Amino acid sequence: MRVLVCVKRVPFTGGKMVLVSDSMALETRHLGFTISPHEECGVEEAVRLIESQKGESVVLTLGPPEAVEQLRDAMALGIDRAIHLQTGGEEWDAEATAAAIVEAIRADEAASGPFDLIFFGNESADSGGYQVGLRVARELARPCVTGLKGLAIEGSSVRCEQEVEGGRDIYAVPTPAVVTVKEGLNLPRYPSVPGRMRAGRKPVVVTTPARSPARLELARLVVPPGQGRRAEILGNGASAAPAVVEMMRKIGVV
Amino acid sequence: MAPVLVLVEHTDGEASDPSLQTLTLARSFAKGQPLHALLITTPIQSDLEPGRHTILDLAQDLGPRHGVEAAHIAEHEELGSFAPDAWAAVLGQLGDRLDASAMFAAGTDRGNEVMARVAARTGLPLATNCVSVTPGSSVTLTRQRWGGSLLEEALLHSPRPLITVAPHTVPIEAARAETTVERFTPQLKEQELVVRVVERVPPAGGVSLAEAKVVVSGGRGVGSKEGFAIIEELARLLGGAVGCSRVVTSAGWRPHTDQVGQTGTKIAPELYIACGISGATQHMAGCRGAKRILAINSDAEAPIMQNADYAVVGDLKEVVPAISAEIRRQR
Ligand SMILES: Cc1cc2nc3c(=O)[nH]c(=O)nc-3n(C[C@H](O)[C@H](O)[C@H](O)COP(=O)(O)OP(=O)(O)OC[C@H]3O[C@@H](n4cnc5c(N)ncnc54)[C@H](O)[C@@H]3O)c2cc1C
Ligand SMILES: Nc1ncnc2c1ncn2[C@@H]1O[C@H](COP(=O)(O)O)[C@@H](O)[C@H]1O
Repeated sequence: MRVLVCVKRVPFTGGKMVLVSDSMALETRHLGFTISPHEECGVEEAVRLIESQKGESVVLTLGPPEAVEQLRDAMALGIDRAIHLQTGGEEWDAEATAAAIVEAIRADEAASGPFDLIFFGNESADSGGYQVGLRVARELARPCVTGLKGLAIEGSSVRCEQEVEGGRDIYAVPTPAVVTVKEGLNLPRYPSVPGRMRAGRKPVVVTTPARSPARLELARLVVPPGQGRRAEILGNGASAAPAVVEMMRKIGVV
Repeated sequence: MAPVLVLVEHTDGEASDPSLQTLTLARSFAKGQPLHALLITTPIQSDLEPGRHTILDLAQDLGPRHGVEAAHIAEHEELGSFAPDAWAAVLGQLGDRLDASAMFAAGTDRGNEVMARVAARTGLPLATNCVSVTPGSSVTLTRQRWGGSLLEEALLHSPRPLITVAPHTVPIEAARAETTVERFTPQLKEQELVVRVVERVPPAGGVSLAEAKVVVSGGRGVGSKEGFAIIEELARLLGGAVGCSRVVTSAGWRPHTDQVGQTGTKIAPELYIACGISGATQHMAGCRGAKRILAINSDAEAPIMQNADYAVVGDLKEVVPAISAEIRRQR
């Protein structure tokens, strides 16, 4: 079995969003980088599938040279090799991203055979377009189920569980298929020291795709208003309890 | 004149609030062009008792209450369980037939998914989770990033703009129009029914996090799985639900179904009590809908203090049991 998982490098922002002076990007000088928790669950699921079914797992990202860090992170958890579609760090819209990913998948499949499953996050952490996985699936003419919180391979089909208003919707589609997943699908493992060492030696194939002009074109970022109110301090320590309960009475929750 | 077409999600003869919010934004975008709506359902039985909320009543109501000039009802036997490619096919075909100038859906899981499938099959760009849209040779819009913690102003260059509207960002405004109801049977291909719901598992019951009036949440500051006993006790006393931060779910102290945030559940309680939670933007993305936030934190400088209405500075292991005791004492 062959599986692919697509991840996007994003800054790990903390308590507030700070922009660079032209407002075209987040100020990331003091930030670390990560991938969406949804995608982390995609990586974990890909690793588990190959542990149980044997075969090969591949991680792919489209991003700046530094995004190799996220590829190594995924390989430290057990992914076998990586594809890096390198950019200059500029913004790619969902259409351009999907087109480059499709091209890379076709090239890899021509050399190594089809992927039985391709994992995407349900939505990216930063731009949240909810669409790259569906666009790739359509182009490859494969079925796609979104927002998975549960997945099981059953012969040549895959059973997919989606969470809806507390309940679950079940889908079953034939493989090869594309799935987009949500955090909660599994509980990802932590990387081990030997895993990190092995990751450094795993192969990363680098290509530089051409970007088509964006049809959803970023003009500028804006930090929404409403943050920065100051909390009314009801007290310190246990002695604050009466003031808290009085507040609760006032707003009608006790 | 080319209409603006809106996909309206509905259950039991009621349109969803996010869909009604979408109708409001689409109407302001349409600026005099006709506003059309699409409802998708199984074939309507003609022998329903009158006065019951049916999809026909809903369609009829969209005119006088929401300014819809034509309500299209797509009826098909195969549309009894959700089949997103079929929905996208129906919406895409109707958009073509009407030569729609733009198409809108709510930025719900379902709305975003169906619109993304329309975008993929028509080869058009899609702007999801918009909070404002202005027509023009290119559409000028503002959309949510990072689950709403950041906004993006963007230009959408497209012959038929596809837009979803971030839920609960646009108030529903009433409007009047004469409506015609048009019923039709869409043509569906077999491959459009490959992806479909084959089974439904009902909700487990109990106070659901998304609907709870009070949510008591714990973060890293709670310290352990067992530490949640005092959080559970306070939630129980208030008839509320227990929530948590991502640090807590990653550590395995609570299931992911309890996680509040960008990649967890979005909540809108009367009161949100955040205990030992620092207030990362991704956490706040899930509780911004709360009417009031009480932070209990040992660090008076924690970012959550800038996002809360009330705060208690102190060790949650002392403060939380003291609040529970005080509630019990006053009963
Ligand atoms: C793409 C993305 C998506 C994410 N999605 C989510 C999400 O959905 N939900 C989410 O929660 N996070 C999410 N995160 C993670 C988020 O960025 C933070 O890492 C996380 O919310 C921090 O959890 P915390 O506040 O419990 O821990 P910390 O940030 O470590 O804060 C702990 C707090 O507890 C206080 N404290 C410690 N001991 C005590 C005590 N005894 N009494 C009182 N206070 C005490 C400390 O002062 C501190 O403020 C996401 C991150 C990314 C990058
Ligand atoms: N630059 C990228 N590189 C690799 N995968 C990506 C990239 N952008 C988006 N994706 C994948 O597509 C998913 C959905 O992205 P989006 O449509 O932007 O919400 C993400 O969770 C990733 O799995």
